[in-house]
Amino acid sequence: MRKALQTVSVLSLLMTIVPSVMFLSGAVELAQVKLLMIFATVVWFAATPFWMGKKVSS
Amino acid sequence: MTDEAKQEHHVGDEFEREPVPKSAWLGFKSFIGQYAGEHCAGTELMIGPLFVAAGVSAFDVIGGLFVGNLLAVLSWMFLCAPIAVRARLTLYYQLEKICGKHMVILYNLANGIMFCFLAGSMITVSATAVGVWFDFPMPALSDVMPNSIGWVMAVLVVGALISVVAAFGYKMVARFANIAAPWMVLVFLAFGLIGARQFIAASGSSLSEMGGIWGLANEIWKGGDPLPGQVKFTFWHVTFFAWFCNMAMHIGMSDLSVFRFAKKSWYGAASASGMYVGHFMAWLAASILYALQLHIDPANTDVLPGPLAYKACGIAGLICVIIAGWTTANPTIYRAGLAFQAIMPKVSRFKVTLATGAIATLAGVFPGIAMKLLGFVAIYGMVLMPMGAIIFVDFWLFDRLGLKKNYAEQCGINFNWIPLVTWVSVCSVCAWLAQTGRVQIFFVSLPGWFAAAVLYIVLSKLFQKKEISS
Repeated sequence: MRKALQTVSVLSLLMTIVPSVMFLSGAVELAQVKLLMIFATVVWFAATPFWMGKKVSS
Repeated sequence: MTDEAKQEHHVGDEFEREPVPKSAWLGFKSFIGQYAGEHCAGTELMIGPLFVAAGVSAFDVIGGLFVGNLLAVLSWMFLCAPIAVRARLTLYYQLEKICGKHMVILYNLANGIMFCFLAGSMITVSATAVGVWFDFPMPALSDVMPNSIGWVMAVLVVGALISVVAAFGYKMVARFANIAAPWMVLVFLAFGLIGARQFIAASGSSLSEMGGIWGLANEIWKGGDPLPGQVKFTFWHVTFFAWFCNMAMHIGMSDLSVFRFAKKSWYGAASASGMYVGHFMAWLAASILYALQLHIDPANTDVLPGPLAYKACGIAGLICVIIAGWTTANPTIYRAGLAFQAIMPKVSRFKVTLATGAIATLAGVFPGIAMKLLGFVAIYGMVLMPMGAIIFVDFWLFDRLGLKKNYAEQCGINFNWIPLVTWVSVCSVCAWLAQTGRVQIFFVSLPGWFAAAVLYIVLSKLFQKKEISS
């Protein structure tokens, strides 16, 4: 479960930054970037608190 | 180590009056995360734009930030951390040994007041995001006083929320800040990337037509005259600002409390994560957004992080502004509360933190502090810098000079007037030099540090022996 949540968090971080890189290269419109960023934000804050700062269970 | 434990170490709640034992020492990674998170704050969204308002050129801002941040990292590595890992004491306990308990109260008062103003400017930043939703008139670059009821209400509500949370649930927000940090850093980076693309589009040309990345940089940071009411920034201004904006922490030795947990003194290098993420990337990204605003409408000189972030990244940008302001104002209010509580130990920490939050909120109502943040940060460093010089010479030089280290402790006195005279004299002369325009506030702290060191040695030479013999 922890690994799955960590993967979701990493993907949400990628979704936070990749759209702006694509916008810089002219591949996407700004409206799409904003939409993807807010979605990534929601996913990050939904997934990350469940593993970050929590002790790894043995 | 858990985040809670890390936070406790950070605010200095543990081992307050004893050296940190070996079992509590921390690894290099702990410091990297701490510095990266702490220096990617709401105020970065003010400082970046203010560089553009100060008329910096591309070479001056990029070169100046590179060199200035390097000097800051070296100051942590070679001035602060070596003493921290040898003494392993908090700044306050170290000062108490040198200056005496009552003298430390004065230092706490100065520190607490500065923290209040800093937290106030962070509340100001968060309130600009509220303004996007409620669309009330927000302060302009030249405004010192609040300019609308809506603005005052927004600051009061944001400040009250932050203060109550700081008083009730400090650890919860500290944990939230740790969780938000990686996301926040990437949103800051997105500000820069999106702003750069929009700048190219607004110019009606392509990157190659502009002469590549350096050509684009020269369009963004054009140099020339500053905006009305702003000081012109050169390479040296940027360098010294980047070096001294955290002067209280490295040269001023405030981070003795942090690095007393480090295994090695070279862990001071971890501060580079905060400097080059927060004070390089984030400042440049925020300044790109402001340069774009000026490029599109030169008459719109307002430095408002909320609207700037919203235009670039939408709701995610606004959330970033609020979180950046909130998560950094929270520990700042808490630390100010700790400083004040040391003066009034009988009053509960809850009440002191609430009162401190109220002062910070009141400061946040007045946009003049945030709009003049470059100057305020320089004053903050200048006021606390002499104590760093005193600790430095006391620790390294006093034995060699035949003087008594930790004089107050050795003599059993509660008030050592020698550091007080040094502190007040140096600050007064520095303030006078800056006020009369002889030396700008951004540069005055460097000679001030040497003056404080020399004066403290001379006064100690003259008066230490007499007091001991009597």
